Amino acid sequence: MSKARVLVGTRKGAFILTSDGKRKRWKVRGPHFTGWEVYHIKGSPADPNRLYASQTSGWFGQVIQRSNDGGETWEAPGGGPVVLPGGMPSGESNRFVYDTSPETGKPLTTHQWYDGTQHPWEFKRVWHLEPSLHDPDTVYAGVEDAALFRSTDGAKSWHELAGLRGHDTGPKWQPGAGGMCLHTILLDPSDAGRIYVAISAAGAFRSADSGQTWQPINRGLRSNYIPDPNADVGHCVHHVAKHSSRPDVLFMQKHWDVMRSDDAGDSWHEVSGNLPTDFGFAIDVHAHEPETIYVVPIKSDSEHFPPDGKLRVYRSRTGGNEWEPLTKGLPQRNCYVNVLRDAMAVDSLDECGVYFGTTGGQVYVSPDGGDSWSAIVRDLPPVLSVEVQTLP
Amino acid sequence: MIRVVLPFHLRRLARLEDEVQLEIEGPVTQRAVLDALEARYPVLRGTLRDHLTRQRRPFIRFFACQEDVTHLAPDSPLPEAVAAGAEPFLIIGAIAGG
Repeated sequence: MSKARVLVGTRKGAFILTSDGKRKRWKVRGPHFTGWEVYHIKGSPADPNRLYASQTSGWFGQVIQRSNDGGETWEAPGGGPVVLPGGMPSGESNRFVYDTSPETGKPLTTHQWYDGTQHPWEFKRVWHLEPSLHDPDTVYAGVEDAALFRSTDGAKSWHELAGLRGHDTGPKWQPGAGGMCLHTILLDPSDAGRIYVAISAAGAFRSADSGQTWQPINRGLRSNYIPDPNADVGHCVHHVAKHSSRPDVLFMQKHWDVMRSDDAGDSWHEVSGNLPTDFGFAIDVHAHEPETIYVVPIKSDSEHFPPDGKLRVYRSRTGGNEWEPLTKGLPQRNCYVNVLRDAMAVDSLDECGVYFGTTGGQVYVSPDGGDSWSAIVRDLPPVLSVEVQTLP
Repeated sequence: MIRVVLPFHLRRLARLEDEVQLEIEGPVTQRAVLDALEARYPVLRGTLRDHLTRQRRPFIRFFACQEDVTHLAPDSPLPEAVAAGAEPFLIIGAIAGG
């Protein structure tokens, strides 16, 4: 029978939750990396036992961890104890250095700061790790301040794909309340060269050449705080999701508005429809039904908890516009948690499972596509990210 | 032999049970201690100092012989008791936040 393995990043460590295909009884392992913020953990589609984790701390900076056995054991690639006869150590696993090479032809040094002045890029942390669809040793990292890095040696060393940050619009990117982060990376199974990324607050971008060059794909986004309705960048995109069978169809949860594109991001239209609020962070697509999507509406602007204290996932079976609340098993009073942008995932078991984690430390599962929910765990540290692997 | 005490999280990261003992040739300075520490435990690179600038991370402090030596110049000699191994060089995560 197939199994589900849920990878949970929290403010104080990582947890791994496993169950058989029924998804009723769960085993909880962790915390791993105790006391560190774990922004994201994700497994390689090419080798499900290869996991990557972003372990970060305001005191000690960024560490990348790797597991080759499904999370039983971990190592910082290239970071083990070594005694060298001389010179500097070889460990480079945690080194994210922005490209300033003359080959780019651009200084790549500034973006817009809160006060409108230009500010140099400063690495802070890795928000999202996206393993290659085909090679377990290749993995992409979306970082704050916003940039895209890639490793092709199992996270030992990282190199920036500087064409993104070097885009002409770079000086207009600016940090949102959570910092200026590259939080979404989508790889296209039908086209190895195509990558989508999203940045707060710059917008969405697409590459057709494996990340060498990029174009903004934000036409149709409307952001009240931007004077120019046709602005190329400056949009606070919270998350983007797609179904693997339809790489041109994208769904976006923006700061406000749930959006849809049917042309690989060339144009967007709003599909918020009857949602109680069009603000939120997480969005995902059913594993077997490309027109079935999920969001968790959150009260805007700065309150950031569910409307009326009721935790409701909303499902659309029509690709947006028509939404139904999913409440069975979810608290419907006195609930004031948030669901962050990377904290929702779906499995690909025959009956699609949907998962999300909250800032209150709960991780919920619905083994029936959202019809009913239960808490796998209730008292973890605030959940930053949730990913799920479907295992044989 | 120089004795170095790391904060809890970095001991776990480097998989250390106790303090570190380092051989240092030449003057025992803050820079020499950190260079030797990072050479032996590359996973610590970037956790104490910036990868490129080698500047101390803001919430890292250094103590020795009951004194805060954080702001000593990196190449200034550390106290003789540290150089002799009688007292440890303490690396502390600043007490801030949760």
